[in-house]
Amino acid sequence: MLLRLTDRGLYCEAGDFFVDPWGAVDRAVVTHAHGDHVAWGCRAYLTSSEGLGVLRSRLAPEAKVSGLPWGEPTTIRGVRVSFHPAGHILGSAQIRLELGGEVWVVSGDYKTDPDPTTTPFEPVRCHTFVTESTFGLPIYRWPPQHDVLGEINDWWRANQAAGKASLLYGYALGKAQRLIAGLDRGIGPILTHGAVERMTAVYRAAGVVLPPTTHAGAVDRRTDWSRAIIVAPPSAGGSVWTRRFRPQSTAFASGWMLIRGTRRRRSLDRGFPLSDHVDWPALMAAVEATGATRVWVTHGFTAPVVRWLRERGLDAQAVQTRFEGEQDDDATGGDESGATE
Amino acid sequence: MRDFARLYTTLDETTATGEKVAALAEYFRTAPPADAAWAVHFLIGRRPKRLVSAPKLAAWASEAAGIPDWLFEESYAAVGDLAETITLLLPDTGASDDRGLSYWVEQRLLPLRGQDEAVQREEMLRAWRELDRRERFVWNKLITGAFRVGVSGGLVERALSLGTGVPEGAIAHRLTGGWEPTAEFFTRLCAQDVRDTDMSRPYPFFLAYPLEAPVDGLGPSSEWIAEWKWDGIRSQLIRRSGRTFLWSRGDELLNGRFPEVEEPAALLPEGTVIDGELLPWAGERPLPFAQLQRRIGRKTLTRKVLDEVPVALVAYDLLEQNGEDLRPLPLEERRRRLAELLAATATAGRLVLSPAVQADDWVALGVARERARELGAEGLMLKRLSSGYGVGRRKGDWWKWKIEPYAVDAVLMYAQAGSGRRAGLFTDYTFGVWDGDRLVAFAKAYSGLTDAEIRKVDSFVRRNTVEKHGPVRVVRPELVFELAFEGIQPSSRHKSGVAVRFPRIARWRTDKRPEEADTLASVRSLLSSGA
Repeated sequence: MLLRLTDRGLYCEAGDFFVDPWGAVDRAVVTHAHGDHVAWGCRAYLTSSEGLGVLRSRLAPEAKVSGLPWGEPTTIRGVRVSFHPAGHILGSAQIRLELGGEVWVVSGDYKTDPDPTTTPFEPVRCHTFVTESTFGLPIYRWPPQHDVLGEINDWWRANQAAGKASLLYGYALGKAQRLIAGLDRGIGPILTHGAVERMTAVYRAAGVVLPPTTHAGAVDRRTDWSRAIIVAPPSAGGSVWTRRFRPQSTAFASGWMLIRGTRRRRSLDRGFPLSDHVDWPALMAAVEATGATRVWVTHGFTAPVVRWLRERGLDAQAVQTRFEGEQDDDATGGDESGATE
Repeated sequence: MRDFARLYTTLDETTATGEKVAALAEYFRTAPPADAAWAVHFLIGRRPKRLVSAPKLAAWASEAAGIPDWLFEESYAAVGDLAETITLLLPDTGASDDRGLSYWVEQRLLPLRGQDEAVQREEMLRAWRELDRRERFVWNKLITGAFRVGVSGGLVERALSLGTGVPEGAIAHRLTGGWEPTAEFFTRLCAQDVRDTDMSRPYPFFLAYPLEAPVDGLGPSSEWIAEWKWDGIRSQLIRRSGRTFLWSRGDELLNGRFPEVEEPAALLPEGTVIDGELLPWAGERPLPFAQLQRRIGRKTLTRKVLDEVPVALVAYDLLEQNGEDLRPLPLEERRRRLAELLAATATAGRLVLSPAVQADDWVALGVARERARELGAEGLMLKRLSSGYGVGRRKGDWWKWKIEPYAVDAVLMYAQAGSGRRAGLFTDYTFGVWDGDRLVAFAKAYSGLTDAEIRKVDSFVRRNTVEKHGPVRVVRPELVFELAFEGIQPSSRHKSGVAVRFPRIARWRTDKRPEEADTLASVRSLLSSGA
């Protein structure tokens, strides 16, 4: 086995490194910069070159972080390691490991839908595929994401007409920038919460072209906000900070919003099913495209995905990650800069 | 189905009353009358019965989606709603349907009744293929008998009135009583000429607000009549076209349930409508409400129950005489005619004039009110002698002046699981009353419900949790309970500013909507009224 599960995460013994460890280790190979995939205090981090800026912004300034261009292999104690685009957020990678002809791929989080703020997902052939399963049930089938962005813009226009500010929640790293890229800047000004503005600056520094945004905190509180859309992390929902934007309409962009009950539980005006994860059909297509005969399933609806794959003759098993609890749709995203969706 | 599904989606997505009314009015304005009639039918809560069993629907949907049963179950567990689970699982066909709601109900849904399984299956699969996601969701909701979209009858009436210019009162009148959802009905519903001819229809009930201010603020007591406030079934007895109709305030036709009342009613002159209260009545005073429950909902009446729980209509008001609408007349005149009418009819003690409570002034009336409990009444009704009979709940002319200890209608806000026999069930409740548009917690209660009711509330809590705080669930404010308590004290430790003594659940007010629950002001008014 090229990888095994330890109390600090997936460990490659041959190369003596961890993939997305959940505690401080000597050498961490990191799929992407979301909080549940990156541990503080590792002695060295290796990630994709595209993801360097984002990862550095989330670690202590003195952290030792290096990057590899897409597809370019390096060898760690005989194990060939390379990074391949996962399409989840800027710089998100699948990590390919090869030793003695055996190939493993760890997907991290990924999506196959187009997203202008990141390099598109590329299938990588392997023997063993470690996949996420955040939305691993057949109820999760995303409507065309372009249509969802269209609905968000329509909602913004309707709010404007009704004299209400549009308060749009999405995770500060990844979702927020994808939303900003999809907003129709002709409608009105795009404002941001501080956490979103910081990550957006990191995206711009990495060369991602985004429409202009203004940090809402830098704008006079007594401003008329009704023409604006304000992009904020879900953890800001219901906070004192949001009161200045009243009258307002609130919405959350997340794959979880596909389910009516989840939408209604949030007490928001709208929920838009826009996700940075694969839905069920895309998950199954991705597994198939790898050609893998062994599949490890992490993060999410592991049990049904494992059973489904086994019924199709694959050697599938669940790999319990430590962050299972954060999949709960009732979590407001907890760490505003972290959580997976 | 497209237009109705769009309406459903809009209603589902907004909590703003104004937006709901606007969306409804737009639908009623543009939809063909036959579709609009069915929309009214469903929106005011006349749900279709479940036509196809849940396991069959699940099996056919799994088949259409190409997934095994166990995966359907996993999916259902994640969604928590059958109609929605099916909607999410079915493959998208790219179809969307512009045939109206009446087509879907009359040509597709109703014919499923009594069909054999193979036909039902074929029909369901065909419908699913022809509808897009939103349309399918509404269709599945109709099929599963779970159609519900958070619109009250009042909102529908307001929207219809807005769209047609017909007064809300006339719309409400036309919506009471028995009607079939047809194009013809909808056209009649919106007809500008409001002289309706359907003789079965009751008038909208006139309702009173609880008196919150001091009673002497009502002016001279001589301008008012006081009657006991009974706890029975508010009803209208109608005698028109040689027929008798007995309606509950919940728009339920009670004919056949209270033969002892219908019998003397047949002796009333043509064109008579009496407003009153059905009570288990043994001579001078009512039996406990629980006795009346033995008569409610019973399909066949045995001699035994008829003898043990005889019912009378205690008459409050005369709304129509000789076919003439008396509602604009002063109450004093209506009551005089009512007394005359009852005296001239052989009522066999089953149509009884509600007695006036005599007192020289408010103080004396307050003393008389204290006797309410011993008479089995909830307090007094105060009605201005010069008042007309209005529509709905209006402030000013009619007041409920209940006795203390008070019965307060409160909304379930929080629930916590119990222990011991009640372990794992949500049995410990916190209730709130309205402070403006906000609920304020004011009492906890742990007892008073039957086991069956507890299970229902438990299931409601699980399906309607909005937030979790440790073991405490915050639920959607929907359920109304009547709380009884023995005393009330000002309290700085409670958010509501009051602490109540021995609160318990008197009954589950399934007949009340949350917005009909009591207010903090009305609860606080108990402090000054010397409870």
